[in-house]
Amino acid sequence: MQVTMIVNDVEVTREIEGRLLLVHFLRDTLGLTGTHWGCDTSNCGTCVVWLDGEPVKSCTVLAAMAGGHEVRTVEGLAKGAELDPIQQGFMQCHGLQCGFCTPGMMMTCRALLDKNPDPTDAEIREAISGQICRCTGYSTIVRSVRWASVHEAAEALKNEEAGAQA
Amino acid sequence: MTAVQEPKTVTFDDNDQKPVGFGRMLRKEDPRLLRGRGRFVDDIQLNGMLHLAILRSPFAHARIVSIDTSAAEAYPGVRAVVTGAALAELGLAWMPTLSNDVQAVLATDKVRFQGQEVAFVVADDRYAARDALELIDVEYDVLDPVIDVRKALAPEAPLIRDDLEGKADNHCFDWETGDADETEAVFARADVIVKEDIVYPRVHPAPMETCGAVADFDAVEGKLKLWSTTQAPHAHRTLYAIVAGLPEHKIQVIAPDIGGGFGNKVPIYPGYVCAIVGSIVTGKPVKWMEDRSENLISTGFARDYIMRGEIAATRDGKILAIRTNVLADHGAFNGTAAPVKYPAGFFGVFTGSYDIEAAYCKMTAVYTNKAPGGVAYACSFRITEAVYLVERIVDCLAAELDMDPAELRLKNFIQPDQFPYETKTGWVYDSGNYEPTMRLAMDMAGYADLRKEQEEKRARGELMGIGISFFTEAVGAGPRKNMDILGLGMADGCELRVHPTGKAVVRLSVKTQGQGHETTFAQIIAEEIGIPPADIEVVHGDTDQTPFGLGTYGSRSTPVSGAAAALVARKVRDKAQLIASAMLEVTVADLEWTKGSFHVKGDPGKAVTIQEIAMRAHGAGDLPDGVEGGLEAQICYNPSNLTYPHGAYICVVDVDPGTAQVKVRRFIAVDDCGTRINPMIIEGQVHGGLTDGVGMALMEMISFDEDGNCLGASLMDYLIPTALEVPDWETGYTVTPSPHHPIGAKGVGESATVGSPPAIVNAVVDALKPYGVRHADMPLTPSRVWDAMNGRATPPI
Repeated sequence: MQVTMIVNDVEVTREIEGRLLLVHFLRDTLGLTGTHWGCDTSNCGTCVVWLDGEPVKSCTVLAAMAGGHEVRTVEGLAKGAELDPIQQGFMQCHGLQCGFCTPGMMMTCRALLDKNPDPTDAEIREAISGQICRCTGYSTIVRSVRWASVHEAAEALKNEEAGAQA
Repeated sequence: MTAVQEPKTVTFDDNDQKPVGFGRMLRKEDPRLLRGRGRFVDDIQLNGMLHLAILRSPFAHARIVSIDTSAAEAYPGVRAVVTGAALAELGLAWMPTLSNDVQAVLATDKVRFQGQEVAFVVADDRYAARDALELIDVEYDVLDPVIDVRKALAPEAPLIRDDLEGKADNHCFDWETGDADETEAVFARADVIVKEDIVYPRVHPAPMETCGAVADFDAVEGKLKLWSTTQAPHAHRTLYAIVAGLPEHKIQVIAPDIGGGFGNKVPIYPGYVCAIVGSIVTGKPVKWMEDRSENLISTGFARDYIMRGEIAATRDGKILAIRTNVLADHGAFNGTAAPVKYPAGFFGVFTGSYDIEAAYCKMTAVYTNKAPGGVAYACSFRITEAVYLVERIVDCLAAELDMDPAELRLKNFIQPDQFPYETKTGWVYDSGNYEPTMRLAMDMAGYADLRKEQEEKRARGELMGIGISFFTEAVGAGPRKNMDILGLGMADGCELRVHPTGKAVVRLSVKTQGQGHETTFAQIIAEEIGIPPADIEVVHGDTDQTPFGLGTYGSRSTPVSGAAAALVARKVRDKAQLIASAMLEVTVADLEWTKGSFHVKGDPGKAVTIQEIAMRAHGAGDLPDGVEGGLEAQICYNPSNLTYPHGAYICVVDVDPGTAQVKVRRFIAVDDCGTRINPMIIEGQVHGGLTDGVGMALMEMISFDEDGNCLGASLMDYLIPTALEVPDWETGYTVTPSPHHPIGAKGVGESATVGSPPAIVNAVVDALKPYGVRHADMPLTPSRVWDAMNGRATPPI
């Protein structure tokens, strides 16, 4: 069957098997290997991408189900050379070690901040509770999200002030 | 020694611009990983690459009667179907394990654990390969399995290893350490003896990335290129050469980015060998990636020790002796990854951090119908089991003596002036200063206040527990006179080359799986030769690009390879000094080194930088007599001893009396790993290990039903902590450098995994004191805690 979807702002059309999972479509068909696969059972969350802006586990979504929808992956997080604040936060706060869960974690955390720009630690932990990291012990991931939150707020304030001056 | 608490607030202004030296530095590996541009094994795509899937046994113990592969071979897209019989013709049906046992690559006679490899399919894509597995028809004659390790040596137990000539029972090996008679004599005169049966259940490292490989055999060149999830690429290459009969120089093993290892990626698994055979048979590159169930049921598990601990002491709390008897479950093949002379790993350090008079351990290891493995999950070669035993039994003694567990530990510590300290089982602890570490943890925790709070809560019927553990680890294997893996000495190579413009490349034999080697090793080199870390490229994980060495596990990278890096940099610096003396026209003795340059003593203005020296080393003009051009060096470092990090951990738990749910409220970890290279990375290592500890203590267990079905075969059944099960970690540190390591560093990667489970279990048992509980086995799930509260706790296996 043929499927068409928008992936990281680009429309793609491919001939696929009906049973192809979205994670394999992204990784093997499109070569977007930043999204990982870790468990088959929706427990680990290394495969989290956005489907129409909502984080989903792409190992339990058929590629066909994403047809006509918009998908965003970790490759679509940075704006060119500039890392998204969530990516900067993970770097600054050592929110990653092996980096395998990181793309999924960042997609979930970015979505959290889009909805709730100033989350509490408990809200951050709740947001990532469907995902597993074996390396970091989560404290540094919580700090990373807070870093992004604080820096985005500061940036927004700066932009507001600049706007007021203009 | 300094005792400084980690700052509570994190500052972000210290970054990659750090010119030289130790301290927090952002990681060099992060930019690619953050952009989704890491390169893990499953990310490798080669032209014409095929996919391999493995058919596994549904039974724990069964004779293979017949295998019919015809339907699978006829399935569209299938290129090859290979069984054990076909491998036997190539002499590849069996391979050596890391413990000098043998393991089936594909079963020929019998299957010996559920999930054992029986056949494989190579097909055009991964879906077709899996489809074809369903079409392979295997007829099994099911045999009784040996699942209960306690019954493995019973006369009526079915024989598992009938492949071994003359084998008549399921006995694997016996091992002992210490002095039995001396220990008995001390026990005989002790005031108090406490005994406890303590089980460390089977658990699994379950790294987020499962195991896999891409094999690309070039028949014309006779060269094999293998990308694989390995923590020890060089050791693997040598073993492939031995197993497959391929010449070693024609094998290139590449460990690209690795998605966590924790010891799971130390052994050679049948799947890697299958991928190699698949590529040879089809003439195409072949990828094998196991799924999560395959990872959990067939690859290197950890622990599975049934221990009886005994401790003897005086009435006033002086520990005199520790004795233990261990029954070890090694599964169907002895796949333990440990130095050859250490079949029980480093379990011999079970005397812990205490100055005692005698110790003895007797161990019996057996085969069962379970997956092989045994040394994994950040265990520092079985030190997890040893530390759990001693720290649990010391707490049992404290309860018996009605003494505070912190006070009991403080009373028995090896004292600073006793180092180097030889234990009663023959381990020489290099350095330690235990009391300040313990005191710092108690201060951070507010120990006295916690005990007061506990008392008040107990009066109200609330269950709050405070658990302590104090560990000493032995990491950095190891001196080659004692330690080898299948005859390969546990040394590590390092090569440093400074380019003409003063940039450098350092090549390591160890391999990161997330520990941040590309950063830490750049910092070590920078500290020694003054080239900024940003100007140093760290190359690792490719046997064609790096010197030989035994790889990363057992927290050995910093103690062994880190020492190699420091020493190779000093070698380069020595050569640079010769060249500098020519450039400045003074004798070598007249030169002084400050980070990054040599200057004439008493005349700091007359100086040459390392970058200027590098250009001169490669440039025109004469060099001093006997000095070759270039600025590079190579070294192979053989450690003179292990390093012995230590730490004090305090855990605070609340147990819900109505549901028996344990909540870890606080966890304070004070680690001493000697000289600290990058505190940010060290803190990360500790946090990860503490989380493992919560998993093992409260959630994780690989168990089996009586037929040998693995009950922890998916992440729905094998529970790993998420962000909701763990607290915000509180860490601190002390610094007691290693006297024999060139920069005084000790390993730290596994400290927290080793040290945290007893702290958590001790806390839960402490919380259950009103119920008269003295011990309960991990994992302390609500049902197991409930059973303990109701006086019916049983061992988990």
